[in-house]
Amino acid sequence: MTAVETGAAVRAGRRRARDVVEQHLAEIEAREGDVHAFNLVLAAEARADADEIDRRVDAGEDPGPLAGVPVALKDNLCTRGVPTTCGSRILDGWRPPYDATVVSRLRGAGAVLIGKTNMDEFAMGSSTENSAFGPTRNPHDLTKVPGGSSGGSAAAVAAGMAGVALGSDTGGSIRLPASLCGVVGVKPTYGRVSRYGLVAYASSLDQIGPLAPTVADAAVTLDVIGGHDPADSTSIPEPSPGVSGQLAAGVEGLRVGIVHELTWDADPDVVARVVAAGRALEEAGARVEEEAHVPAAVYGLSAYYLIAPAEASSNLARYDGARYGLRVEGADVNAMYHATRSAGFGPEVKLRIMLGTYALSAGYYDAYYGQAQRVRTLIIRDFAAAYERFDVLLAPTSPSTAFTIGARTQDPLAMYLVDVCTIPANLAGIPAMSVPYGVGDDGLPVGVQVLAPALGERAMFRAAAALEASLG
Amino acid sequence: MTAGGAWETVVGLEVHCELATASKLFCGCRNAFGDEPNTDICPVCLGLPGSLPVVNEAAVELAMRIGTALNCEIRPSLFHRKNYFYPDMPKDYQVSQYDEPINVNGHLDLPDGSRVGIVRAHIEEDTGKTTHIGESGRIHGAAYALVDYNRAGVPLVEIVSAPDIRSGEQAKAYVNELRAILVAIGASDARMEEGSLRIDANVSVRPAPAGAPLGTRAEIKNLNSVRSLTRAVDYEARRQAELLEAGGRVVQETRHWDENAGRTSTLRSKEEAEDYRYFPEPDLAPLDVKAAVVLPKLPAERRADLAARAGVAPVDTQLVVEAGLDDLVAAAVQAGVEPRLALTRAANEVAGRTEAPDAAAFVATLRLEQEGTLTATQSKQVLARVVGGGDPAAVARELGFEALAAGALASTVDATIAAHVEEWNRYQMGEDKLTGFFVGKVMAATGGKADGRAVTALLRERRGS
Repeated sequence: MTAVETGAAVRAGRRRARDVVEQHLAEIEAREGDVHAFNLVLAAEARADADEIDRRVDAGEDPGPLAGVPVALKDNLCTRGVPTTCGSRILDGWRPPYDATVVSRLRGAGAVLIGKTNMDEFAMGSSTENSAFGPTRNPHDLTKVPGGSSGGSAAAVAAGMAGVALGSDTGGSIRLPASLCGVVGVKPTYGRVSRYGLVAYASSLDQIGPLAPTVADAAVTLDVIGGHDPADSTSIPEPSPGVSGQLAAGVEGLRVGIVHELTWDADPDVVARVVAAGRALEEAGARVEEEAHVPAAVYGLSAYYLIAPAEASSNLARYDGARYGLRVEGADVNAMYHATRSAGFGPEVKLRIMLGTYALSAGYYDAYYGQAQRVRTLIIRDFAAAYERFDVLLAPTSPSTAFTIGARTQDPLAMYLVDVCTIPANLAGIPAMSVPYGVGDDGLPVGVQVLAPALGERAMFRAAAALEASLG
Repeated sequence: MTAGGAWETVVGLEVHCELATASKLFCGCRNAFGDEPNTDICPVCLGLPGSLPVVNEAAVELAMRIGTALNCEIRPSLFHRKNYFYPDMPKDYQVSQYDEPINVNGHLDLPDGSRVGIVRAHIEEDTGKTTHIGESGRIHGAAYALVDYNRAGVPLVEIVSAPDIRSGEQAKAYVNELRAILVAIGASDARMEEGSLRIDANVSVRPAPAGAPLGTRAEIKNLNSVRSLTRAVDYEARRQAELLEAGGRVVQETRHWDENAGRTSTLRSKEEAEDYRYFPEPDLAPLDVKAAVVLPKLPAERRADLAARAGVAPVDTQLVVEAGLDDLVAAAVQAGVEPRLALTRAANEVAGRTEAPDAAAFVATLRLEQEGTLTATQSKQVLARVVGGGDPAAVARELGFEALAAGALASTVDATIAAHVEEWNRYQMGEDKLTGFFVGKVMAATGGKADGRAVTALLRERRGS
């Protein structure tokens, strides 16, 4: 049963929220030991919340479109009174005194929080191997990574341990694991979904979005969490995107192009699935041209690894042991800072803090951070030019299917290259989503990326729904 | 005291003023002084993970008022992050304005007619307040520190002057004028003792006369009063001049003013200065320029107005205008009170009091004084008792201030002269300092009811001069 179906059945009183939760807790019981999707399972809380949903349905109330749907939250989304670790030791013992805006909106739509999912520490990674609490495994093949950094959320959905999940996407952290785990993953337009309560990695790139079994489930979740929030100054003053109503609209006349530059680094079996997706949309009535061009996109990876670490070096400064989380004592305050941060952060986080600190330093700022921002401007310009000819663009999500655990941990550059196809959308602030579209030569899932102009989620979802339908 | 003949003192001031908004710069917490520590706090001003700032429009409006009052160009602006570690800074970065501040290129005219350039006046957030617990009360030697985050996130405007100030005295005049303006436009209560106005001074010296390139400057901190500022500037300029005279070299550094010792000492050198790694704050949108603000009359204009009405120089109205008593003095002058008397009594007997006489009581008291019914001493006592209104004549009667009839005073004066013939002879020979002697004797004889000026007039009349 999909999340949309579950919500409808619970709302109508045809199914008990408590039964839905028990079914998912049983799935967690059965598979979590192998997969390790969760940092924390909220079994007691989920049962109590489900009972409350059932009580409200019995009383004739409407709990909302996600009534009784178990939702897993990436562990960088603040939950009141519930530990929020970001996959890091440095937040040891910290319980946020507030809910993220998306969490409040999910609760308001009847969703039941079932747990906090594993992630690369502070969302820095592409495989969920950088978690302080051990890696998550791909439910399709336990020797493979689930992708990252929202690997726990993708694996939880893929294994049926959650109805839908939320992740965050700074350079591909929703779309990549969605692709590798065979689920739908959406990075909305920057500013579509409030970041209030999302622990920041790189503020100008971070965006929250859904991971879900189907396009319709992703759509209803995005409609619930999207829309203006005055608590986030970068939130776009627009109502919820209303994508659920677009799924049956079809793609007749939609202008579609495959982004030439984003296929360069992808494996042939992956590119073949993208080309197949283009044909499927053409058969459904879209006007498909093989090649769209976004020339500056090839510099995306380089620009990203200056901008994101620069912002991270500042965002992560506050984890100093003075106020919350881990504290390792020292002789004076500077020694305490040093000891705390040395013990609390993992190697990838330290690497990026150092990279970012360097990129912002006096004398280097213009050559690194400044130059990266100019590249960003070019990427925005190139996408804008492409969208004069196209309504949506297609590309691979990941250059390859899921790779083996440990295969890239010794080579940071090889790991960074995994994000080469997803990063340009973050730099441009445009929406992009990964839709499962068959399997690669190894039989593992392949996701096709659908990109649209800023605030173009409706066209993006129309194409995604058509792709999903074409698989039959 | 300044650096001395061969050297010219050059001073630029950085003034931090806390804005008088109801809430903080980026959250809805109360902006108040003196609350229980760590009660005006929330996830945003504590910088908790996941929290985000939202700009308080009222703070932007007040910053624009300051810019307008200081004749600045008001521009679209941008917030940056200033990165450094300190426990009283919740995010370990301060949100401030860097190379695109809201107010630039202004000036401030001082009462003496001099003009000080304003380089910029930008918005930033305040930090929390650290109290070092231990023997010294300073960082070194402290056993531990307590941090109060009530102040974290309070809106500040930092006003940076050009290096146009030439003495401690002028620095004092600049701060006093700035403070008067900030209060007049409702931007800040500007209380140095509560820390809502904080000053750093950049001091250097160069060979006089003017025109030589600027010397190396020292930045002086811990200036907790205008008096400290004046003393510190003069001390530092003298120190640098002496150093240069002796063939030494001034190093660029931050120095600490020790009010008790009356001297500055090295706090940290430039080599230890941090790289703040400024970059645009990604959590905030750029600020647009809002519609122009409308300001009340500023102190300089009020001084000019009152001076014109009272027929005095603008500088003579400074104290009264700073105290906001322009209307009171204008009413008195209008009612025929001698302007100097009105200005003096307003500045000394009314300014700074929590309760003041209303205009009618003020005018009536001063008229009684002017016509000789009350002595100066009696007039001051009456003013202290007619707060909020009242009949000065009735108050004077209650206090037993029946003025001596002119005839009674004259006979007392004659009696006093007769009793002190020797002194009178000397007075007649021109020993004017004996005036006080005779006034004192008459005062004693009348139980303090005589008007000193009237006694002096009678003495002169008797002498025939």
